[in-house]
Amino acid sequence: MANRRLDEATGTETVGHEWDGIEELDTPMPRWWLWTFFATVLFAIGYTIAYPAWPLVEKGTEGVLGWTSRGDFDREMQLERDGRAALFAQLATTPIERLPDDPALMRAAVSGGRAAFKVNCVQCHGSGAAGSAGYPNLNDDDWLWGGDLKTIEYTLLHGIRQPGVDATRTSLMPAFGGALSADQIAQVTDHIMSLSGKSKGDAAGAQLFADNCAACHGPAGTGNRELGAPNLADAIWLYGGTRESIGQQIRQPRHGVMPAWKHRLDPVTVRMLAAYVHSLGGGEQFLEVAANAADQADEQR
Amino acid sequence: MSSVERIAPDSPTKLFAKRQPVHPRRIDGPFRRFKWLVMFVTLTIYYGTPWVRWDRGPYAPDQAVLIDLANRRFYMFGIEIWPQEFYFVAGLLIMAGVGLFLVTSAVGRAWCGYSCPQTVWTDLFQHVDRFVDGDRNARMRLDAAPWSAGKAARRVGKWTIYLVIAFWTGGAWIMYFADAPTLTRDFWSGEAAPVAYGTVAVLTATTFWLGGFMREQVCLYMCPWPRIQGALIDERSLIVTYKDWRGEPRGSVKKAEKDPGALGDCIDCNLCVAVCPTGYDIRKGPDVACITCSLCIDACDRVMKEVGRPRGLIDYATLEDCRNEAAGGQPRPAWRTLMRPRTVIYFTIWAGIGLALLFALGTRTHLGISIEPDRNPSFMLLSDGSVRNAYIVKLRNMQSRPRWVQLDLKGFPAAGMWTDDMSRQDAARQIVREVPPDTTLPLRVYVIAPAGSRPQAFDFAATAQGERPERAAGATRFEAPEDTR
Repeated sequence: MANRRLDEATGTETVGHEWDGIEELDTPMPRWWLWTFFATVLFAIGYTIAYPAWPLVEKGTEGVLGWTSRGDFDREMQLERDGRAALFAQLATTPIERLPDDPALMRAAVSGGRAAFKVNCVQCHGSGAAGSAGYPNLNDDDWLWGGDLKTIEYTLLHGIRQPGVDATRTSLMPAFGGALSADQIAQVTDHIMSLSGKSKGDAAGAQLFADNCAACHGPAGTGNRELGAPNLADAIWLYGGTRESIGQQIRQPRHGVMPAWKHRLDPVTVRMLAAYVHSLGGGEQFLEVAANAADQADEQR
Repeated sequence: MSSVERIAPDSPTKLFAKRQPVHPRRIDGPFRRFKWLVMFVTLTIYYGTPWVRWDRGPYAPDQAVLIDLANRRFYMFGIEIWPQEFYFVAGLLIMAGVGLFLVTSAVGRAWCGYSCPQTVWTDLFQHVDRFVDGDRNARMRLDAAPWSAGKAARRVGKWTIYLVIAFWTGGAWIMYFADAPTLTRDFWSGEAAPVAYGTVAVLTATTFWLGGFMREQVCLYMCPWPRIQGALIDERSLIVTYKDWRGEPRGSVKKAEKDPGALGDCIDCNLCVAVCPTGYDIRKGPDVACITCSLCIDACDRVMKEVGRPRGLIDYATLEDCRNEAAGGQPRPAWRTLMRPRTVIYFTIWAGIGLALLFALGTRTHLGISIEPDRNPSFMLLSDGSVRNAYIVKLRNMQSRPRWVQLDLKGFPAAGMWTDDMSRQDAARQIVREVPPDTTLPLRVYVIAPAGSRPQAFDFAATAQGERPERAAGATRFEAPEDTR
């Protein structure tokens, strides 16, 4: 610059600009600042050599330390798995109906199940496990197939109406749309609603129910868990409790499918899920006599 | 004269004045002895408190003062504070703030002069200087002397003592946060938490640096409190003042003898400057640099006694009194200086907060309850048509002994409840659980109401059984379908 000059008051050179008599001093950077800056430059060079940094055509440089964030993540996950190994081994060897004997193990199973539920189950059953029309509510005390730990675990393992799984639970409510006339269906519907006090019902409906429904749902309509036949005398309706939806379920029943988790999840996760579902408030006590010999045979297979 | 020179006559300008080393001279007197006492008391409290034991029974630590961050408890003798009771600590801090206002408006910078840690540790380090290098003149000579083996040895010796004190200071700090004997053993065996070593290292470094080298620079440049105090002190606050109307013009005793009446009482011996820990000349008037440690009063009184003049040329006085006295009036009595509307108001606020805290402390319950209703699903229809709600009810037993706590449903006659370790058949109006000492017990509580129940508000009431039952209640809601039919 042409107008650079030495400022006599400070002994510093000016930058040579002048605005209405105001000039700017060309004060050098402080030495400590410069050295810090150089040190950070050196550090940055070393850093880009040690760690993944430069993007290239195919992929970036990998860095001589071989560090990756994914590797960090895997290591942490492995540490976590190692830490839980003993617990999982214990869960794998404890029969599920014996879980309540060990409250600490039960608590661990429930919290593990809570996490697994969020990943695998909420899509149908909802994040609060409250279900929706066609997807059972897991909080209540109404169970189609039974609500003790062992039965829940079985349902989880083999699913409901899961094609290709022999041990799956299957119930097939026939469609009465052809067998019964519209009037008869209305009469049966009225009778079914009378079982839970929602309607008066009449003798004709009761006769139709006894002829067509009682075989599976029982003479009083209280259902049969062996067959997965729902209790029709309670306040809970899987597909809705209105006259219209009950009638529709008689004419042309819907059959929900629950996947068999045996092939998708490891047995410990299924066990934890069963414990969690059982803990939601409707879980029933396991009774030795309720153990189904056929179920046991299936499990051993 | 150029404009730069008018603004900063000593250009090229530096932002900070170069530090003038301060080598205060030894002095004895009532204020010095008072400072010794304050130093002894404050240091004893600081170093000793963590080692005081206080029996709280088998379920709580036996350290009298313990800030147990890991377990989120604060113990102070008979008082135990949980995090949600932090307002007690906040109240104490507000009291400390108002207390400083009170003290400052009454007796000026008494905090700075006597009890501020920076003052106490600086004083301590200056005594170390005196012990190693001798008094003021010897230290100044040594400072000016070229480096020699002797000087190096003295410096290393002095800094070692600094470092030991600094380490001791940092080491004492961490004792407030864990059981002191255990932590001491862990510390020396290398088993203490890294944060313990880090804290000790940082505090050792700051003590070494601030007490050993920065000293009065902290008060002059770093600390905001002298600036705030400048706003708190008024004309009627006691401060250390030089009575210039009496002292000026200065002159030696000989000059005064030659010309009686021409000179004031100040003999310009500069002893007041020599003893000052910040190196300030009080005769220039009140200043941020004067921390009102009163050592100049001791020095001047001693000189006045030697030359046979009345004491108090430098003395605690209010600016108003100074003007009064200069005009020939009498100073106000001390109680009028201390008791005036401003100090009384500060004291009332201070004492009010203190009494409120004591009242809150005396009447607080050691039982707490908090209720968290399930929101997803918010209610559950059961097969018989009855409605179930679920809650997490947390019972806090804030005493260091186990207690039986009874949980009741209030304002909801039709309802019953059970917990997840019971079954619906056992549903009852009340549940009793043992809550372990100093613990929050979470209970998952199901409340059931018959078919057709409407949404409504009700309370969970907790009662801790025992000789002195305590109660706590929490309001919550029961949700139900609008139409359960």
